[in-house]
Amino acid sequence: MLGKLSLAAIPLDQPIPLFAGAFVGLVLLGIMAWIVLAGHLPYLWREWITSVDHKRIGVMYVIFALVMLLRGFTDAMMMRSQQALAFDAPGYLPPEHYNQIFSAHGTIMIFFVAMPFMIGLMNFVLPLQLGVRDVAFPTLNSVSFWLTCTGALLVNLSLVVGEFQRTGWLPYPPLSEITYSPGVGVDYWLWALSISGIGTLMTGINFVTTILKMRAPGMSYLRMPMFCWTALATNLLIVAAFPILTAVSAMLILDRYLGFHFFTDTAGGNSMLFMSLIWAWGHPEVYILILPAFGIFSEVVSTFSGKPLFGYRSMVLATMAICMLAFMVWLHHFFTMGAGADVNGVFGILSMIIAVPTGVKIFNWLFTMYGGRVRMSAAMLWSIGFMLTFVVGGMTGVMLAIPPVDFVLHNSTFLIAHFHNVIIGGVLFGAFAGYTYWFPKAFGFRLHEGWGKAAFWCWQVGFWLAFGPLYVTGLDGMTRRLQHYDVPEWRPWLLVALLGAVTILAGIACQAVQLVVSIRHRDALRDTTGDPWDGRSLEWSTASPPPAFNFAVLPDVHGEEPYWTVKERAREQHVLPEPPRYAPIAVLRNSPTGFVCAFFATLIGFAMIWHIWWMAIAGGVGAYLTFAVFAWRDRTEDEIPADEVARIDAQNRRARRDIYATMETVR
Amino acid sequence: MSPVPQAAAGQAGEGHRSGDAAPGDQGQAGEGVAAAIRSYLVGLALAALLTAVSFWLSYTHVIYGPVVNVALIVLAIAQIGIHLVFFLHLTTAPDHINNALALAFGILVVVLLIGGTVWIMGHMNANMMPTGGTMPLTPGSGMHH
Repeated sequence: MLGKLSLAAIPLDQPIPLFAGAFVGLVLLGIMAWIVLAGHLPYLWREWITSVDHKRIGVMYVIFALVMLLRGFTDAMMMRSQQALAFDAPGYLPPEHYNQIFSAHGTIMIFFVAMPFMIGLMNFVLPLQLGVRDVAFPTLNSVSFWLTCTGALLVNLSLVVGEFQRTGWLPYPPLSEITYSPGVGVDYWLWALSISGIGTLMTGINFVTTILKMRAPGMSYLRMPMFCWTALATNLLIVAAFPILTAVSAMLILDRYLGFHFFTDTAGGNSMLFMSLIWAWGHPEVYILILPAFGIFSEVVSTFSGKPLFGYRSMVLATMAICMLAFMVWLHHFFTMGAGADVNGVFGILSMIIAVPTGVKIFNWLFTMYGGRVRMSAAMLWSIGFMLTFVVGGMTGVMLAIPPVDFVLHNSTFLIAHFHNVIIGGVLFGAFAGYTYWFPKAFGFRLHEGWGKAAFWCWQVGFWLAFGPLYVTGLDGMTRRLQHYDVPEWRPWLLVALLGAVTILAGIACQAVQLVVSIRHRDALRDTTGDPWDGRSLEWSTASPPPAFNFAVLPDVHGEEPYWTVKERAREQHVLPEPPRYAPIAVLRNSPTGFVCAFFATLIGFAMIWHIWWMAIAGGVGAYLTFAVFAWRDRTEDEIPADEVARIDAQNRRARRDIYATMETVR
Repeated sequence: MSPVPQAAAGQAGEGHRSGDAAPGDQGQAGEGVAAAIRSYLVGLALAALLTAVSFWLSYTHVIYGPVVNVALIVLAIAQIGIHLVFFLHLTTAPDHINNALALAFGILVVVLLIGGTVWIMGHMNANMMPTGGTMPLTPGSGMHH
């Protein structure tokens, strides 16, 4: 009846996951009780959970990513403290628990922090920058979001029901095969990632379609803001790469569930094929994460330098070159596996070539700042911090791209330091820059600058304290994933690394305080104009927060930086353009399809993990019925009448008229 | 047709030059339905035929045994072509440039992935031939253990 599930699945002998689970459960229960008792549930259901508005889905993605960042960071703190203690000692985490922690840390940080953060920002910004009213498939967008939540829910459930995998963040066979990992840990990973991977794939299709087919009139490809270009490249990569992840997971599932031999080392299987296939997804994944960050930095640097982006076309070219090259370098993740000098040489050179377009981008940002009036706001600090940090991370990457060097440093903490250098210094700093930059657009008030800058400095210093030492220990021969060690030379460095993690913790605390302070002082931080940073692209031409329909009239684009052009003209002539003729606007009705689908997907995932076949079938039937109900619905849209549109737009125009009048005297 | 993309695309499409069309657009409602059904049926018949031939080739000895693999690959690629043309409506019309580019990108990725994997695994097998060790690499050799 319940498959492999029994009371023994709850790790009563392990206090840490139990207490952590109980704590999280209590917090969740508390929040839910508050929502219900305070009567917020109908609002939450009507306006957020069932929302198909790209802005709200984007906001939910970012909140989700921030919450999961706390989970992933907790794992990081546990690893750092364990390694600080476990010199000639067992530390406080038993090996099987420590192995689950580093596996969960990687899985969560990549799939449930970095990915949703970037997808959330793209969700929020893309239609606004393209000058349209929503993404191409709004309900699909909601399904994608909730499927991502399903994946995260399953991973977190493994904390208290059963176990998580101990194989590292990617389930390398033969360790991940049923012979060596008979528990449910690997199955949790496989089903969580299969389900959320489908969500990500649908997001990719959705955004590619949006960018290719739904731009404002006159917005040709070479008039799109840089962020849209990087988003296009990222989503092309998602569409091309995520099916590989799905296929590899499916093959491992067949191995584990039905006795297949894709990746076993017996009966004709080949475990090395797994490395090749998983990294054929995994390397594009790296660029899926970093390209949107490059787009964010382009927007931020250009806005806060008060100049158009330097070398726009070279930037487009560099982005698309990275998009292509991303598929040609995956072997550098397993140079040491024995493909030989010829293969290693080719992939080593290709890996170094990919640094060229990235270098082009760095110089473009520097030249954008050169000669501009740079405003050192928090978003700009994240961008400059990124440039310094990322260049170092990129350089150590080029070092690791040299096969002989990789033979020395493979699987060492040098590698750990390298990829945290590019993921924290690149992706995460980019995400925080975007979060700071677009926050006022989403909520109508700015984030507190002082706390934002404090958070930046803690993160920047903390990063170097935490990962600088790992470069050293890596060169000193320390391998990754050590539960304990007996080399005295490593000890001081690992203590410094712990200090770094604590400094990053202070940065996260600053960000939490920043959020609270900003909300409490939101009247003082209010963005009444919709254009708090003197922006250049179309998202700043609408109100903050934007109305449901984004633009009262779709903008007519005549060149790059469409909003800047309009603004300049208005400043010179002291008048706004004539009010347009308003027409009624159809907006899509909200739909619980995404939420209900994800509910059934969770059932399917949980049932498959625990071999509860009837429940999996029930989940499948439920998911299909949800689709059928959605497909046969009668009414899809509501209409906002023209005079209501005119009324909302009049407020936006009034705010702008005032600001243009005052700005003229300043200039 | 799902109403969602149409509804959303309708909002944005107001100012685009005429001639833009989404993949699968069949022109105005009603017109060409018979032609569309005919095209789908032709596609279905061709796809079924190719599938049947694949099974038939692998179960009989009509062609030289060792090249059956090659024949199956050829038939599979033909199958992809049939799907693209008859079911996904990929044409060479100017408004299908996006689709053609997407297809080109897809083919590039597939060629890189399959070609690269075969190349890598081939070299790996050559370099890592078991020397009486424990690592079975060729099909069946694992059974001796």
